[in-house]
Order: sequence, then C-alpha cells, then structure tokens
Amino acid sequence: MIGITSFGAYLPRMRLQRQVVAEANAWFDSGLKGLAKGERTMCNWDEDTITMAVEACQDSLGDRDREAIQALFMASTSMPFLDRQNSVLVAEALNLNSSVRTMDVTASQRAGTSALLAARDAVMAGNKQVLMVASEHRRTKCASRQEMLYGDGAAAITLGSEGVIAELVAAQSLADDFVDHYRSDGSDFDYDWEERWIRDEGFLKIVPRVVNALLQDAGISPKDIQHLVLPCEQKRTPATVAKALGIAPDLLADSLIENCGVTGTAHAILQLAHTLQKAKPGELILVIGFGQGSDALLFRVTDAIEKGQPALGVSGNLERRRAETNYNKFQSFNELLEKEMGKRSEIDKQTFLSAMYRNRDLLTRFMGGKCSECGTVQMPKMNYCVNPECGALDTQQNHPMSTVKGTVQTWTADQLTFDFNPPAYFGMVVFEGGGRLMMDFSEVDSESFDTGASVSVHFRIKQIDGQRGFRRYFWKAIQV
Amino acid sequence: MASGIKDKVAILGMGCSKFGERWDMEPADLMSEAFEECLQDAGIEKNEIQAAWLATGIDMFNVGPGALPLAVSLRLPYIPVSRVENFCASGTEAFRSAVYAVASGACDIALALGVEKLKDMGYGGLPQRTRGVTNDMFWPNLSAPGVFAQLATGYGAKYGVSKEDIKRAMAHVSVKSHANGVKNPKAHLRRPITMEQALNAPMIAEPVGLFDCCGVSDGSACAIVTTPEIARSLGKTDLVSVKALQLSVSNGTEVGYDGWDGSHVVTTRVAAKRAYEEAGVKDPRKEISMTEVHDCFSITELVTMEDLGLSDDGKGYKDVLDGVFDADGAIPCQIDGGLKCFGHPIGATGLRMIYEFYLQLQGRAGERQLANPVLGLSHNLGGFPYQNVSSVSIVGRYGE
Repeated sequence: MIGITSFGAYLPRMRLQRQVVAEANAWFDSGLKGLAKGERTMCNWDEDTITMAVEACQDSLGDRDREAIQALFMASTSMPFLDRQNSVLVAEALNLNSSVRTMDVTASQRAGTSALLAARDAVMAGNKQVLMVASEHRRTKCASRQEMLYGDGAAAITLGSEGVIAELVAAQSLADDFVDHYRSDGSDFDYDWEERWIRDEGFLKIVPRVVNALLQDAGISPKDIQHLVLPCEQKRTPATVAKALGIAPDLLADSLIENCGVTGTAHAILQLAHTLQKAKPGELILVIGFGQGSDALLFRVTDAIEKGQPALGVSGNLERRRAETNYNKFQSFNELLEKEMGKRSEIDKQTFLSAMYRNRDLLTRFMGGKCSECGTVQMPKMNYCVNPECGALDTQQNHPMSTVKGTVQTWTADQLTFDFNPPAYFGMVVFEGGGRLMMDFSEVDSESFDTGASVSVHFRIKQIDGQRGFRRYFWKAIQV
Repeated sequence: MASGIKDKVAILGMGCSKFGERWDMEPADLMSEAFEECLQDAGIEKNEIQAAWLATGIDMFNVGPGALPLAVSLRLPYIPVSRVENFCASGTEAFRSAVYAVASGACDIALALGVEKLKDMGYGGLPQRTRGVTNDMFWPNLSAPGVFAQLATGYGAKYGVSKEDIKRAMAHVSVKSHANGVKNPKAHLRRPITMEQALNAPMIAEPVGLFDCCGVSDGSACAIVTTPEIARSLGKTDLVSVKALQLSVSNGTEVGYDGWDGSHVVTTRVAAKRAYEEAGVKDPRKEISMTEVHDCFSITELVTMEDLGLSDDGKGYKDVLDGVFDADGAIPCQIDGGLKCFGHPIGATGLRMIYEFYLQLQGRAGERQLANPVLGLSHNLGGFPYQNVSSVSIVGRYGE
C-alpha cells in the first residue's frame, strides 16, 4: 500500500483584511467591494516560499525519523531562485540526510499535484519515505482581483508504504495547453483571461475528462466519494463542476477563500491537508490539480488517520492569526511601492558565497556543537569548548538546535537600526539543554513579549540584497 | 605578579579639541587643535616626541587606514606611528600603548592621539555598518542603542526592578550629565534638560529613549607622556601619573555559556578588580574621587556603577536616584558632561576622559572644578554588553 504517511501546513500569521484593500482602491475600482469579505494570508517581509516550505515540512515531519526521507520535491511558481535548486535549501534546513534526492517542480498551478505524483512514483521505485511540499507567494498588482483572492501558504505531504494514513488508490493526468492565465519570464504578475471562458471551456470540460477516466479505471462511482478537493479562485465554479461529476457540492472541501485566499499551486495540497484533519477512516478523497490540463488523485483514508495528525495542520494555522489592517505594509513587503527606506538601508548587503558555504551547518541547519568531554552545548560550534571549566579542543559534535525551545533572556525593540518591519526585535535566547545565541525575533506580539517568554526557532529571510538579486536566510526566534 | 604601571609614567601634557558637529573641520584640523594645546601644555618641541599612537574607532567615515593620518596631519618627524582600534576603548588603548612604551624604556616621550570624524555620514547616530563577513550572516542587524538597551531588560528581570524605576534612574543619569555639560565650554551638548524631557523623549530602542543616548560627535584628544623624572627635569611640578591601566576582553563566554544574565558587564568587573589592585585601591567608594565612565547610554552608566563596585548589585539605580554620582554627590561621575554631553568621537573618548582628570587634578577645571580630587577612574566599554572590550584606568597625583 502506497499513500500519505504524514502531512502538515503553514500559513503566515499575518492576515490582510480584504476590507482595507477594497476601501483603498474603491476610488479606482468599486467592483472590488464585492470581494471585500474575510481575510487573506500575507507573508511577513522575512517569509517566502522557501521559509514557508520549511515550516510546512516541519509540521508534517514532527519528531519522525528524518533519516528515512529519501527524496524531497518542492512545487511552486514563485520560488526565490530560478537557478539554485530551492528544494536543496529546504532539505538542508530540515536537516535531511545529504543523500536525499531533490527536485523543484514548477511552472503550473498543477505543480503541487504533479509533485505529489512524482513522490508516488519515487515510492513505487523503492524509496522508503518521500516528502513533497508545495509553497506559494505570488505577487499581485495593486487593485487587482488577484490581490483580493490570492493568499500565501504551503503544505507538505510524506508518502511511503508503511504507516499509511491515506492510501493513494488511483491517479490520472491529462495535458492540455489551456491558458487561463500565464506569467512569462521577466514579468512579475499573472495575466489572465475571462472567468466565464475559464469556467466553461476549462474546468467544466477538462476536469470531467480526467476524473471520469480515473473513476472508470478504479471502478469507483462518484457517489462513493466523501471529499472533493478542487482549488479554484472562482467561488461558485467548484460546485458546478461537482454537479457535472455527479458528486454532491456539499462534499467539496473548504475553499479557504474566506480566511486564507487561494495559495496557487499549494492550494490543492493545502485543501487536502485540511481535509485529512477531518476525514474518517474508509472515506475517499478526490483531489484535483488544474493547470494546462489536470491531475486527479484518489485517496482512501485508513484507520491510522487519527494517529497521523500534525501539530498544527491547516486548522491550527488558521487559528494562529493576526489581523493586519495596514494595506501599505502589504504593498511594502511585496515591493509594490517605491518606498523611502532611509539612509541606514543603504548599507551593502552582499552575501559572500564562499563564507556562506563554509558556515552552512550553522546558517541553514542551525547546527550547534556539543562537547564530547563535558557535554556543554554551544552556538556557534567552534574549536574550543565554551565551558570555562573545560575548554577542550576539537571535541565539538554536531548538535541540531532547530527543534530546541528557548527562553528570552534579554531583548529590545530597536527603532534605529534598519529593518523592513521596524522596530527590529532581537535579544539573547537561552536554549533548553544549553546553548545561547543573540538572535533576531520575528512575529513579535508587543503586548505579551518580555523576558522569560518561551520561543522556538524558525527559518526566515535574514537579509535581502536588492542590488545583486540575492537573499540569505537564518533562524529567528518566535514566541511560542 | 608583575609590579604594574603605578607611578612609572607621568602625563607631560594634554589637549582636547572642542567636541561637536564640526562641519567645517577636517580630521587633520581636529587633530592639530588638540595637539597644539597638548604641545604647549607639555612645553616641548614636536621633534622631542619619539613615538606616537593614533586611535580611531570606525573606519568608514573617518580618516582612512593606517597611521598616516596622524603622521601627515601633524607633520611628525618620521617617527614610529601606529594605529590602534579597539571599539570605544580605542583612545585608552592608544594611551596604554604610549604609556607602556615609556615604561619599557623604549622611548622617553610618546604621544597618544585619538580622533573621530563621525559627522560626514548624512544621518544621526553611529553608521550602519558591517560586523564582518560571517558575523553579518547570523548576528542580529543591531544598533548600539539596541544592544545596550538589553542591559535594562536583563537588569530589571534579575533584580525585579520595575520598568518605570529603571527609566527614572536612566533619566536621572542624563539630567545630571546635561547639568554638568553646561559648565564645559568644550562640550558638544550644553543645554540642561528636565526629568520630564528625558522620560518623554522619542523611543530609540526600548527602553532607551533619545535622551538616554550620548552625542555622536567630531573631536580629538591627546596626551604626551614621559617618565616622572623627565617631567621633573622639564620643570613640571604637581605631576599627574598613571596608577592603573587595565583591559579585559570577552572570550565569548557571556554570549555562549550559562551564567551571564544580561544584568551586568563581566569584563568591566574583571578590569576594575585588576585596576584597583594595580593602583593599590582598597576601598574604591572612599578612595576614587571621580569617575568618567562609558555612558554611551544612560543604562550603561547605571550598570557600570555596580560593575566598578561603587554601588551594591541591584542597588545602583537607587544610588543614581539618590544623587550619589551627581556633581555634588559622594563620587561625581561625568563631571565634564560625559559621552552624553561632552560627546563621543569614538577614538578620542578615552583620552578625553583622562584629559578631564588631568585638569581636575591640577585644579584647572574652571567652573566644574571639584574640591581636592586625588584619584580619577575612567572606563570604556567597546562592543556590546554581551561581547566587548572593557578598559579601566586610574590616574592621580604622583606619589600620593
């Protein structure tokens, strides 16, 4: 039996209130008011598809054995790097074994389900556990429908043949160059076509072709299906498609449009992850990916589903929210404004790649050192033990710190130093079991943040070098 | 143990430029302003100086690299000149170099000069700058007020002192220094402030507000040192001599190992203990007449009073509020205005502190002259509370 063995999700905490976007743009397009309900997820300045992918995978993997992960496939149409394999960085941040096979899957809203199928193939080829993650952070034009409807987020799924919580019963694909929208090399934003045409010629014709073929092959009736995952920015189209498929519209998975937005190629995986938090053993879940054709995957939930729940999943992420009413902040984080950043921002932010590579264990894996003589943990790992009573040379063993919790010992909110989201919070974190580091804080709730607060560490953007088109990452502490 | 530096070297002369926003002055102008005063005070010719040390703190908006800026600006006669940089302790480090050179007998007369030209940046505060290729990749993108502000959170958490009490003590520190600065014609900031102004100033890095921060200034200060014997032979009486010069440098334990709680500065405690031993000071609260400490931020001064042993741990904020360190208190601190108001041209600061003691010990401090001072203690803290260099120096009347 091949199927899902674990799943997880990540949604940025910040939730942009659609009302403020509509109000700001109503002078230009009053029609946006029709979409001004609920909220959408928005990346903080230090989040992107890589950081969200790491978070979703962490949620999926929990404390499971990471050595068993033999491949990692990452799907996105908004990866930060066009030529630097993004999934390798994610794999290192997750502390996966360096023998892991990696692949970026991109260039379609269907990339999420395609990566899931590739993971299935890899398991069939003999890999024990294969991790796939879909992550999306699309830029949108000011006052566009996309700005209202899109959201940022990621979801991850591990496939394997042991401990399966949802068996992959059947899958079917169809390639068809139906261009409902596109984003070409060098352009920042999507260009799309009329919604009614997308509905009538796209969803209503392409999806039934692939689903009917799948059900026929699997010998399953549409009436046997309990959950239908059909990501779509059009609110009513999924119900129309469901009817055409012979599936009751009330079996559609939550579109998440109301409280998250459509997360692009991550959305099918995100909705699937959401469904897996509710589904009962024996239920069938049909998942559709749509984009230049369609993928259809049919899962049957097993008895192991209850034990296979992630720490947060989609519902936990939906709850962990902070309403954002500052539209300017959203525009600023997404570089939609020519903003005065101040002279302090003019400092050269070059990343020296040779030094970054030398320090990748610290920077990407958040690896500390543990003295084999006295057991003292230190960050960063250096030649001599930091314990003044010990001071032994070359006794530092690799000691992973990315899942270790810590406590805030000192902190400040710095208004002077340059930060994309001032004030810059940073301070001393003391880790459970030893080790301490002066580090940045992110997602600070100024009301509850203080010395003694419990924190966990998260992979985030450390610096953006706009001059050279580079960004570097490091770990930041976030209040638990 | 080594015999130490006490009374082996005397100050022959000192000089200090006016500190401030010296828009019309090149670094060379600042250096000659301080040097001419110093040379005249020493009563020697320039070509009698046998070696010199130049101190600067920040390279990016300053004099350029190497020792040349000093040698060329003062047209020194092809003597050995070296550049020292050790964060905010740079000026004291140049002084230590010159004093050690004289004490060793390698030369008879040596010059230490510090200079900083900070006001060519185009914005207030210290320049945003790199901390090193690798450090930039994992250190927070910090500012000086940001790192020193953390002393307040660490101190408050350890001793259970309320944020309001700490803030009031910090404000008192600054009000006192402003009152002192008014009486110093060379000071950068010469305007008194009230507690209300200090408490309500815009926040820079919580809880450090605008008036908790020292001035960012242009300036230069220098000293010419020699042996007491040579000083006497040159006709000097009422000698001011070096009693102690100590430096302690973090080894990463505070920031990397259990134990340090962010409420104090480890290196200052180490350097102070050694300095008291070197100077033969048994009871600093009774024997130290005055201090010039590194009040880059008001919270630093508060914590430093405890680190120097001038206040009990956890009680420093009360002593501050009780006026122990005011001009008319038991141990006046920053009688010249301190970094807060005299200003903080980094490379010059350590020498500026000793300059004030030199004037006070000779009874030449004008309106701000203290009654019969015997020993002055200066302190510099360079870097961050959790990883830094800390110098503690003591000068006093020779032979006393």
